[in-house]
Amino acid sequence: MTVEEDLVPEVHVEDVPKDVFSVIGRVPEGAPREEAIAFLRDAARAVRKRDIQMVSAAGLGHIGGEYSVIDILVTLYLHSLRMGPELLGDPERDRFILSKGHAAAALYTTLAAAGFIDPDDLSTFMQPLSQLNGHPARTKIAAVEASTGPLGHGLPIAVGTAIAGKIDGSARRTFVVTGDGELQEGSNWEAMMTAGNHGLANLCVIVDRNRLQQGAKVEDTNDLEPLPDKLRAFGMEVVELTGHDHGALMDAFAQVPAASGKPTAIIAHTVKGNPISFMSNNVAWHHKVPTPEQVAQAIEELEQS
Amino acid sequence: MTATVEKKLHDCRDAWVETLVELGEADPRIVAVVNDSVGSSKLAPFQSAFPERLVNVGIAEQDMVGVGAGLANGGKIPFVSAASCFLTARAMEQVKVDAAYSQHHMVLVGQSPGMAYGELGPTHHSIEDLAWLRILPGLTVIVPADPEETRQAVRWAAQHDGPVFIRVSRMGVPDVSPAGYEFAPGKAVTLRDGSDVTLVACGTVVGRALEAADLLASQGVSARVLNMPTLNPIDHEAILAAAAQTKGIVTVEEALTSGLGGAVAELVSERHPTRVRRLGVTTFAPTGTAEWLLDHFGMSPQAIAASAAELVSS
Repeated sequence: MTVEEDLVPEVHVEDVPKDVFSVIGRVPEGAPREEAIAFLRDAARAVRKRDIQMVSAAGLGHIGGEYSVIDILVTLYLHSLRMGPELLGDPERDRFILSKGHAAAALYTTLAAAGFIDPDDLSTFMQPLSQLNGHPARTKIAAVEASTGPLGHGLPIAVGTAIAGKIDGSARRTFVVTGDGELQEGSNWEAMMTAGNHGLANLCVIVDRNRLQQGAKVEDTNDLEPLPDKLRAFGMEVVELTGHDHGALMDAFAQVPAASGKPTAIIAHTVKGNPISFMSNNVAWHHKVPTPEQVAQAIEELEQS
Repeated sequence: MTATVEKKLHDCRDAWVETLVELGEADPRIVAVVNDSVGSSKLAPFQSAFPERLVNVGIAEQDMVGVGAGLANGGKIPFVSAASCFLTARAMEQVKVDAAYSQHHMVLVGQSPGMAYGELGPTHHSIEDLAWLRILPGLTVIVPADPEETRQAVRWAAQHDGPVFIRVSRMGVPDVSPAGYEFAPGKAVTLRDGSDVTLVACGTVVGRALEAADLLASQGVSARVLNMPTLNPIDHEAILAAAAQTKGIVTVEEALTSGLGGAVAELVSERHPTRVRRLGVTTFAPTGTAEWLLDHFGMSPQAIAASAAELVSS
C-alpha cells in the first residue's frame, strides 16, 4: 500500500448508520449521583458513536485523542460547567477551552449533545465552508472560547480569563484541557508559573494523560515525569483520577475553586482510543481514519460497553 | 533652506502612557499586560494608578499574548506591551492565532521598535515587525509618527472591537501632525502637496521625509509627503493617486523595506505601475546609535532627497 492510499482511505458514507445521535441535554437538575453517572455514560457512548461517523465521513480527524477526552468533555458540558446555550455571552458563565484543538470532533459532538450546535450540522465536519473546522475557531462557533490547534495556546489564554475573573471578584471558573504530549510546549510552563504565582483558584487545568503523542509514547519522546511533582512545584493543587470515570470527574470539578486557593491540576489518566479494542493505547490511531467495517465494529463494541 | 519641522523631539512612550492612564480612569476594563517591561514600557504611572490592572507575567512572551487574549475573553480590554523585537518574534504564533485569527479586542503595543536599541545589536532591533504583521488578516497595524498620533491611535484602539498592533518608539521625534489632526484607520495624512515625486513615510522617519522635501524644494523639485500611519489596511486611494499624479514614489521606514515599501510596491505593481524606491533597513545592522543607523541605511534627509531627485530625473 502506498503512503497516499494510507492517508486517504476509501470511505462509504452511506454505509454509516446515522440514527445513533440526537440532542441529549444536561443531566437533570438534582439528579442523584448514580443517575447522573448513568446519564453521562449513555451520553458519552452516543457522542463516541457520532464522533467516529464524523471522522469516517470526513476522511480526517484525530479519533484516538478524541476518545480519550470525550468523558471529560461530556462531564463538563452536560453536568459541571455553569454554562449552557442560554448563557452564551453571559459574562458570568464558566469558561472551557480545549487546548488540544485537534480533538475538535469530540468537542463539536459534545456541543451538539449539550444543545450549542445543531446535530445536523455535524455532518458538515471539515467540508468546504463548514463552521466545523478541523480545529475549533472562536469566530465560527459562539460556544468556542478560544481558537486552538497549534499546541500550547489554551493554558495561557485560560490563565488570562481566570485573571479577569479574579480582578472582577467573580465566581466564574475557567477549565482547560491540554494533552499530555502538549505539555512539551514551553508556553504551558510559562502559564503554569503565572497561574501559581497569581493563586488562580478559579482555574482548573485538566491533563488528558493518555501517554501517547502523534508518533510515539510520551515517555519515549520527551518524558514529563515526575508530572505531579512538577505541577505541585508550580503551585498547583494536584488531583489524579481516571479520566473515564464520570463520578470521579464530577467530584473533582465540584472542588474548583480549591479551598487551598491554588489552581487545580487534574491529571486524568486516560486511554487513547478508549474503549475500542483495536484502537486502545495504539499509537497508530492518532489520526488514522477507520474503515466502514471498523466503524461498524466500534459501534458494536460501544453498544456492548 | 528653511527648516519647517519643529526641532523639539519627543519620546512617544510618554504620550502612550498618559493616554493609557486617561483611558484607564474612564474605563475599568482597561488592563495592561507586560513581560517584565514596566520600566521600558514607561508604565509606572499606570501601575501606581491601577495596581490590580497591571499583569506582569515576567519574561514569557508567548504566555503574555495568550494571557492578553484570555483577558479579552474575560471582558477586559488588554494592552499587551513589550519590546517589539520580543513581542513579535517570540510570540508570533500567538499574535497570529490568539489575536489576529481569533479577532479578540486586544491591543499589542510594540515598544522601542526598529533601530531604537541601536547599540544593542540586531537581536534587539525590531526591523521585521512591520513586514510580519502587515500581512496578518484582520490585524490593524498602526505606526504613529509623533505624540499626537500616538495618543489618537491608542484611543482608537481602545474602542475598536478587534486586534490592533501599535508601534511606539522611544526615539526622539518632532511633531509632524497638522493642527486639528484626527487619526482615521487606513487613511494617509497629506503633510505636504507636491507634483514631481511622492515621499511616503511612517513612524519615526516622517520628520526626516519632511526635511527631505524642504531640501528638494530648494532644488526646484516639488515633493508630496504622505504620512502613512496605518499599514493594514493601507490607504489604496492615496497611494494610487500618488502613482498617477507624480513621477514616482519613495518609501521611508525604520524597518526592513518589506514593510511599508513592500505594501506600496505590491499595490502599485498591480493597480498603477510606477517607479518605487524603497528606503529602509536592508540587512542586519552594524553597531551604532539609532540616529546613526538611520543615516547609514540611507535615511538622512539629504540621502532621502538624493534618492527622490534621482528618481525624478532618471
